Amino acid sequence: MVVFEKPKALADVSMHYCPGCTHGIVHRLVAEVLDELGIEGKTVGVAPVGCSVMAYNYFNCDMVEAAHGRAPAVATGLKRAMPDRVIFTYQGDGDLASIGTAETVHAAARNENITIIFINNAIYGMTGGQMAPTSLPGQVTQTSPYGRDTSHCGFPVKVCEMLSQLDGPEYLERVAVNNVKNVKNAKKAIKKAFENQLAGKGFSLVEVVSSCPTNWGMTPKKALEWIDEKMIPYYPLGVYKDRTAAKEQGGE
Amino acid sequence: MAKLTFRTDLCKGCGLCVDFCPKGVLVLAKDKINKKGHHPVEAAYPEKCIACAFCATMCPDCIITVEK
Ligand SMILES: Cc1ncc(C[n+]2csc(CCOP(=O)(O)OP(=O)(O)O)c2C)c(N)n1
Ligand code: SF4
Ligand code: SF4
Ligand code: SF4
Repeated sequence: MVVFEKPKALADVSMHYCPGCTHGIVHRLVAEVLDELGIEGKTVGVAPVGCSVMAYNYFNCDMVEAAHGRAPAVATGLKRAMPDRVIFTYQGDGDLASIGTAETVHAAARNENITIIFINNAIYGMTGGQMAPTSLPGQVTQTSPYGRDTSHCGFPVKVCEMLSQLDGPEYLERVAVNNVKNVKNAKKAIKKAFENQLAGKGFSLVEVVSSCPTNWGMTPKKALEWIDEKMIPYYPLGVYKDRTAAKEQGGE
Repeated sequence: MAKLTFRTDLCKGCGLCVDFCPKGVLVLAKDKINKKGHHPVEAAYPEKCIACAFCATMCPDCIITVEK
């Protein structure tokens, strides 16, 4: 009996990510969900600009490449033109929370019926480790060699908390992929974000606290520990909005 | 009995599978170099494997298939 194998929706190629980079884990989780829901044939993914720019090579569903930060706008167009398709975006924090903040906020406010997988690794990976809007106070990056100084760099953007203030979005959850238990929870959240779209519920975003061992200057293992030590205390995991659950509990 | 298979040529030698295996089954083969230039994973003590798939769950590159 097979206990674990590569999901079919994940292409049988070598991914270009650095050794130990958790982008690969999140790709696999998305592919597992496409397999389990049997939707690979009707799904269109939107790849970002960032380390995952070549995500279009790694999923066996149809893929579109968006300009930097514009994936939620491209996904909006795809979903409105082809409402029977399942549309997801896969975006880093430089893409989604910096240059693409406007697209993100307004897609959420409009409650577009799309699924967003948001990788928060607190850095610009692809371009060589510059400070991102999500970099932690005091975090050393290429552009904050003495640590992020909030007196002139401001404070990190907490995407789930920010979007949860809007009435629009259906579902916002923050998960992590730094240990077996967290990976299993991340999978559940990603599955729910796709099921919501199939049920026509609307905007569902899963923020995945991830590692960038290369630009954090850590071994893959140390980077996963750093997620527990530094990232999760600043970016608490959990459900930030679930309108269906709130309705069922008689809220709203 | 548990059975492990590896896509050895694609392994990046990151060692996460080794770190997360609760039974100490896996090692990076220091005497081998794969096509990508890394020391690939290998099962040093396959008989100890309990097919928990923790290794495969944490592998970013889907190198490991676990059967039982
Ligand atoms: C319009 C535009 N501005 C800037 C860039 C340069 N650029 C490429 S990737 C990137 C940030 C990527 O960071 P992130 O989204 O966090 O993804 P990661 O690489 O960390 O996965 C930037 C600024 C670009 N390609 N296009
Ligand atoms: S630079 Fe960072 S985010 Fe990009 S592939 Fe390497 S480890 Fe992953
Ligand atoms: S399946 Fe479990 S016991 Fe077997 S090698 Fe993987 S982590 Fe170790
Ligand atoms: S986690 Fe995967 S890529 Fe990393 S050493 Fe193990 S098998 Fe190789």
